[in-house]
Amino acid sequence: MSSAFVQMLQAILLLLLAPLAAGFVSTCKARLQNRRGASVLQPWRNLRKLFGKEVVMAEHASWIFRTAPYVVFTATVMAASVVPALLVDTPLSLTADVIALVALLALARFFLALAGMDIGTAFGGMGVSREMTFSALAEPAMLMSIFVLSLGAHSTNLTTMINHTLNSPFALHPSLAFAFVAMLMIAVAENGRIPIDNPGTHLELTMIHEAMILEYSGRHLALMEWAAMVKLMLFATLITDLFMPWGMTLEASPAGVSLALALWIVKLAGLLLALAVIETGLAKLRLFEVPEYLSGAFVIAFLGLLSYYMLEVGA
Amino acid sequence: MSASLVQQLIDGLAALMLLTSFALLAQHRMLSVLNWFAAQGFLLAATAAVVAYGTDNHELYISAMMALLLKGMLLPWLLWRVIRKLRVHREVEPLMNSTLTMIIALGVTLFSFHIIQPIEKISELMTRDSMAIATACVLLGMLMMITRKKAITQVIGFLAVENSLFFAAIGSTNGMPLIVEIGIAFDVLIAALIFGLFFFQIRTTFDSLEVDAMNVHLIHKDDDE
Repeated sequence: MSSAFVQMLQAILLLLLAPLAAGFVSTCKARLQNRRGASVLQPWRNLRKLFGKEVVMAEHASWIFRTAPYVVFTATVMAASVVPALLVDTPLSLTADVIALVALLALARFFLALAGMDIGTAFGGMGVSREMTFSALAEPAMLMSIFVLSLGAHSTNLTTMINHTLNSPFALHPSLAFAFVAMLMIAVAENGRIPIDNPGTHLELTMIHEAMILEYSGRHLALMEWAAMVKLMLFATLITDLFMPWGMTLEASPAGVSLALALWIVKLAGLLLALAVIETGLAKLRLFEVPEYLSGAFVIAFLGLLSYYMLEVGA
Repeated sequence: MSASLVQQLIDGLAALMLLTSFALLAQHRMLSVLNWFAAQGFLLAATAAVVAYGTDNHELYISAMMALLLKGMLLPWLLWRVIRKLRVHREVEPLMNSTLTMIIALGVTLFSFHIIQPIEKISELMTRDSMAIATACVLLGMLMMITRKKAITQVIGFLAVENSLFFAAIGSTNGMPLIVEIGIAFDVLIAALIFGLFFFQIRTTFDSLEVDAMNVHLIHKDDDE
């Protein structure tokens, strides 16, 4: 197997598994709440239905509104395919820089925000203002928590960072624990899950993501929703890459890749199950408490940075 | 257990100690403040026990037990009883908003890291890494004392400072002589009891536990004269 083939395989897997992952979370949530819930395949069926429907557009929609779904989807998929999932050293590994990754996600968010404001409905503008406020706080916290790992690896390149983690002997790292907690908090916020945003509702005054895409329909809506699912997968994979990369293969052999694939799916399932438990156990935060939650994540990430210098540099 | 594992455990506990100090500053509700305070007591006990194991210093096991009983259980329970009896407002009332407090707290931590660094370089102890964190925790406790309105949260800040000093003592000298430690433990206990009495006195005299109320009272007295 060539490494380019594995790269393609993991990008396609990420795309195809994303709706399944979303379905898995909602099924787990349903079971935890003593409901039967829809099948794991439900998000796939929704997407298929939406792709088959005609697009209804507002009278004043400009080209931004029409192109935004494609830009958002492409940027997210690009970001997702750059993140190593199975193979550590992929042909795209030079681009797998965390800062570039965050920039790609920011591009997607920028167009999402423009599209939300384009039609000029009250809901769109409201959702956008919230999204931008929170992302301005979430982004530095996310970078800060990744920098904790970069300090040890001396690089912001994901492949280098994974190699560093794989090669260093096992030890207790308080700084990594802080970074991990901060990253989990940010991942929950960035993907619009409870306690920040409720993904299960379409009409609630405090919604954020749904408010921005409220005017979309048909294939546009399908692309937007698919992009959101891919983003969830992307964050889950990023967390496994950064904090538990064990099992990822160094060479593209069939045995190595299939083992990495099995472990990757197990790790993802574990993270998504944890997400379902969190979403069931917590109530949504009041909107004005979200900045505090995010600055809390920032403080924890910063503590990770400090404890790296205080406890781990000399030792 | 190897020496490096003991050191890693101590480092981990030190990091958790720093986390509890930040958490004490960030909490909004009285009950969660007390919970974190109790957690800090448990952490102290664990650190003392680990250092005792690592340095083969058996007196430290006794300090660990004392920290567990006194700082992990008795003091939080006493404070909780006082809070319930006084029917204090369940919310903590900070003077500044919490984001600003957090930023100052991060600055304070950086500062203490900076001033402890030269000392760390000459120390040979396995606990040397935790000294910067102990200093930071002392300063964070002080920050908690000056940024709260109510006497009761200020006292918790004071007790947190005491906890951090205990932690610093374990970290920098592998524990004080046992007799000194027992003395300090009883001092703290008595202080907590006296503070409890003070709370009732302050409340009956000024009708409030807010420290600002005392100033206002004095000013009014001046006006009367």
